[in-house]
Amino acid sequence: MKIVVCVKQVAALDDEFELREDGLGVDPDSLERDLNEWDSFSLEAALQLREQVGGDGHEVVAVTVGDEEAEDALLGCLARGADRAVRVWDEDVLARGDVLVTARALAAAVSREEPDLVLCGVQSSDAVNGATGTAVAGLLGLPRVAVVKQLEFDSAAGTVTVARELEGGLVERLRIALPALLTIQTGINEPGYATLRAIKQAREKPLEALEPSDLGLDPGELERVAGARLEAMAPPERGAGAEMLEGSPAEQANRILELVRERVTS
Amino acid sequence: MSAGVLVVAESRQGELREVSRELLSLGAELAGASGGGLSVAVIGSGAERFAAELQAPGVTEVLTVSAPTEHFEAHVWERAVEGLIESEDPAVILCGHTIDSLGFAPALAARLGLGFATDVTSVSWSEVGPRVHRGAYGDKLSAQLAFGGKKHTLLTVRPGIFAPAEPGDGSAAVRAVEVDLSGTARTEHLGFVEAAASGVDITKAEFLLSIGRGIEDKDNIPRFQELADRLGATLSSSRPLVDAGWMDSSRQVGQSGKTVKPRLYLAMGISGAVQHLAGMRGADTIIAVNSDPEAPIFGVAHFGAVADMFEVADELEDALG
Repeated sequence: MKIVVCVKQVAALDDEFELREDGLGVDPDSLERDLNEWDSFSLEAALQLREQVGGDGHEVVAVTVGDEEAEDALLGCLARGADRAVRVWDEDVLARGDVLVTARALAAAVSREEPDLVLCGVQSSDAVNGATGTAVAGLLGLPRVAVVKQLEFDSAAGTVTVARELEGGLVERLRIALPALLTIQTGINEPGYATLRAIKQAREKPLEALEPSDLGLDPGELERVAGARLEAMAPPERGAGAEMLEGSPAEQANRILELVRERVTS
Repeated sequence: MSAGVLVVAESRQGELREVSRELLSLGAELAGASGGGLSVAVIGSGAERFAAELQAPGVTEVLTVSAPTEHFEAHVWERAVEGLIESEDPAVILCGHTIDSLGFAPALAARLGLGFATDVTSVSWSEVGPRVHRGAYGDKLSAQLAFGGKKHTLLTVRPGIFAPAEPGDGSAAVRAVEVDLSGTARTEHLGFVEAAASGVDITKAEFLLSIGRGIEDKDNIPRFQELADRLGATLSSSRPLVDAGWMDSSRQVGQSGKTVKPRLYLAMGISGAVQHLAGMRGADTIIAVNSDPEAPIFGVAHFGAVADMFEVADELEDALG
């Protein structure tokens, strides 16, 4: 069984961030980078499935679209037990690409692996599109289920039974045949940690760096699949916003208690 | 270029979902600006039973697409909306940014090369077609996007932003659109499971003390349970604490948990992810305590304190004696 896990190294804003001069993004120095939280759960799901199937010849491959720094995220996946990693990047089209451009590159990298199962996080914490995994499935013609919070693999039948998390705590149970793509919700499992020894050994595992052309993608064509063009990025209009309670924690606490008495007790 | 707007309505378990009427009010505004028509499509076996409910000001036509399945099925819906784009040629397709849409809209957009943006919070009509805003970096920034050169643009719209449309006068025509959907389903529906009714009903509480990631450790939870008791509040939480197994899911506020409307919502150590805000923005008064002055929760709170939640808790405990 081969499982591909699509991961992303996300960026979070520092408390005091600066915008880029062209107004189309954030100064890279203002970003803290890490493996996307959702992907930590989908990697764990893949590792658990490999364990469940048991024996040799099963593989978990982590794939990302990201710059060289994103190799930290891939090394983290390798340290936690992924067998191989693939990174796709170019400083031109992919660096500026939107979710559909990323999905096209990921789809090409995934398709080369001919996996039985593809796992993606529901969304990334920085872009929050919630779209990449389902877009990859659409491009590859793979059946998929989005927002999975439980999964059971039936190896004899070649099917997966999943719980799809709906709004308000409702859950839909579904069965889907492999090959398939699932987008994984947080809380589906307890992601493991890498030991120091495993972190060292991760550097010995195969990590391939590819450009779009290595996957048969034409840069001009790739650029044209973008779904949107970014015109500007700026702090949002917040409306009136909150009335800030100034002063020491003691003064803030007293004001909170006043509000409690005023708005609840009375 | 077509200027028409197509709203894709959403239903579940025999009921139209609230977001559908929100899309209708946005759609009417957009169609007014673009000069195109506004049609609304509903998909499923027995789709026509929603036709009357989808009448709204500005709606020119209600379209029904009969599907072999009663329940949403991502691959069937994907093909149905593709068929609607082929037959109706809309400039803009509006879906809710909902769990159902996450299962089909991105696949359709990628496959057909549509203009595409998700979780949009504003849509306007410009000389180059639709222009939208959506959050970036957890809503700390807002991105403005346009779709120049795209014939069709599919947008998933954040629920709870636009007011639901008023009822219409029933003048919109109802038309069945034939799309061949046989054999398109790729999943087998096994059933719905309702959230367990165990635990506390936080939707009934008048005062919620809600805690988030700022709590840092499971061992800190009993202290906040006790603080809630002393304040006369019910303890609730954001999703990460439920994911970690530290809080029961019955106490989760947000899109996948409960939607609450207490008189007072005191959020401590909650940054305010979109999915959380969706579940609590209707509270009469919201007080947020968070150490990050940029936390999105301050965007919906009425009162905010930039402070360490533990220091504020110390002081609350002291003041309560």
